[in-house]
Amino acid sequence: MPKPFTPKVITANALLSGEVVYLTADDRWSPHLSDADLLTDEADAQVRLLDAEKRSHEVVGVYLVDMVPGADGPEPTHFREAFRRTGPSNYAHGKQAELKRSA
Amino acid sequence: MYSYSDFDAAFVAERNRQFRAQVERRIDGSLTEDEFKPLRLMNGLYLQLHAYMLRVAIPYGTLNSRQMHKLADIADRWDKGYGHFTTRQNIQYNWPQLRDVPDMLDALAEVQMHAIQTSGNTIRNVTADHFAGAAADEVADPRPVAELIRQWSTDHPEFQFLPRKFKVAVTGSPNDRAVTAAHDIGLRIVERDGEIGYAVLVGGGLGRTPMIGKVLNDFVPQADLLPYIEAVVSVWNLLGRRDNKYKARIKITLHEHGIDEIRRLVEDRFAETRQAFNGADLALFDAIKAQFAAPSFTKRPISDFERAYESDPVFRSWADTNLSDHRAEGYAITEISLKAHGATPGDATSDQMRVIADIAREFGHDELRISHEQNIVLPHVHKADLPVIHARLKSHGLATANIGLISDIIACPGMDYCALATARSIPIAQQIATRFDELKLEHEIGALKIKISGCINACGHHHVGHIGILGLDRAGVENYQITLGGDHRADMALGGRTGPGFSAEEIIPAIERLIGAYLDVREGKDEPFLDTYKRVGMAPFKTALYGAEDAKRTKAA
Repeated sequence: MPKPFTPKVITANALLSGEVVYLTADDRWSPHLSDADLLTDEADAQVRLLDAEKRSHEVVGVYLVDMVPGADGPEPTHFREAFRRTGPSNYAHGKQAELKRSA
Repeated sequence: MYSYSDFDAAFVAERNRQFRAQVERRIDGSLTEDEFKPLRLMNGLYLQLHAYMLRVAIPYGTLNSRQMHKLADIADRWDKGYGHFTTRQNIQYNWPQLRDVPDMLDALAEVQMHAIQTSGNTIRNVTADHFAGAAADEVADPRPVAELIRQWSTDHPEFQFLPRKFKVAVTGSPNDRAVTAAHDIGLRIVERDGEIGYAVLVGGGLGRTPMIGKVLNDFVPQADLLPYIEAVVSVWNLLGRRDNKYKARIKITLHEHGIDEIRRLVEDRFAETRQAFNGADLALFDAIKAQFAAPSFTKRPISDFERAYESDPVFRSWADTNLSDHRAEGYAITEISLKAHGATPGDATSDQMRVIADIAREFGHDELRISHEQNIVLPHVHKADLPVIHARLKSHGLATANIGLISDIIACPGMDYCALATARSIPIAQQIATRFDELKLEHEIGALKIKISGCINACGHHHVGHIGILGLDRAGVENYQITLGGDHRADMALGGRTGPGFSAEEIIPAIERLIGAYLDVREGKDEPFLDTYKRVGMAPFKTALYGAEDAKRTKAA
């Protein structure tokens, strides 16, 4: 039996800055995981992925990744995605610093 | 040190101009990422977890103060005010913006530096003993030949699309500090009947299939060296497995075909390559060698050093730990630790880079080296100047007295930065260093090399650590495997796995138990960890890690 589809978001790195970005419901790239569109339908997810991959003038390395719904939007299920959402653990660099500043 | 010729400068400028245009074409959409990626990699630009990363070569680990200042300026202007020195004598900037990279490369070119062939399936930065030109035990300075190989390999038309990356290291000393046996080609300078030549090791490497390099030829005379290594790379370029990147490195080629067959093929090819070299390489080598003439060492009393050594225990501890024998009387090789307890191994802030550069200019014949152990070396320092140097380093957090001790840990960037990593390395290194500093045990423990990699590719050299730690992803959780008994020196040894791995929470207590077992079973302070391990084997360490019952059960592991 095929594995049931688990909810996913589309993520990539921004072409110019390299920053981690997420695809929103209105097809923008947001640096905030909380803005990401949590895709629950497999066919929809595959079509959205194909469309996102065409946007190579904006992003690099587009992929689908597992997330679970949380109180404040999608939440990572794997530690790699938790680091991508936050930034490195040795310095307060990357999103943990930049998103705080813009908040 | 080597200074660029007009040809070199023009080559780098042209290459930078090309890359600037390639970046522009990527941004305006005329290049796809698939087209751009191999181009950016050949110029040292990666896309990592959170950002781009620019890897800049520090050829054979040698820098002058002007270059170090430039590295600091680049860190401030285009990055976040620091750089990360790597196990292959490169510096990595973790936060550049794509548009800025061409300007960064132009800034590097101003001080005769570049990022060419620091990535991609090419011959990479040629590394060398970080004590080159200074060590008391040296047969000859390895840097002239390393520079010769750099010039030969840079943009070599036959070797721009190799089956995989190719790494060369050179040692000029029988006490190998350049990890030559873990390189695709390791060169060891040897002397035979008064003639300088090279023992050529081939097929070493760490990564998922660690192998120790084998001697392909125990004496290649200077005149034959370039045609000989060209023959080696050429044979592999045709034989290497392009069908499977995990089997593409020369270590696998050597393993599959056997050293005798490879030797025969290399000899056949050498008969051809030798004809193609007309002696220009030898003239070039002599010209390069002249640029690496030793500085003029002076004879001065070392009473200032002796006074500080007697009166200041902090200075004494640092001198005992961080100095090595220099070939000139009254001089010392001084290592500056980039492993302050709790800091990220190999990181230096721009301020620290400038302090070190200024010390090198004032006291160190304007020379610096970067070690594969991620520390910085002042190769030529007169002992009389050491008290002043120490005080200056101390005021900038650079006087940690831990070279060769448990907190002098090699750690790759791991999953804090690297897109390939399966677990973090840096926090593990930070916690081990902090813990043993709290315990005030590290000088009691003595010589011990811990090396940590955040994935199987082994940039952190875990296979050759006395204690190796490999971070893996086990069912979505960081898990750390321990190996014991690795040795990175001339008689290289690969560590053996102790058994099942440990979680991030368990790994520091596990290392503490290992060290406790060592302190219990060693025959006094003069028996370092590695010697104890060789004498007693794995058993007491397994018991310390897993308990008496579980140790028996993990025997097969």
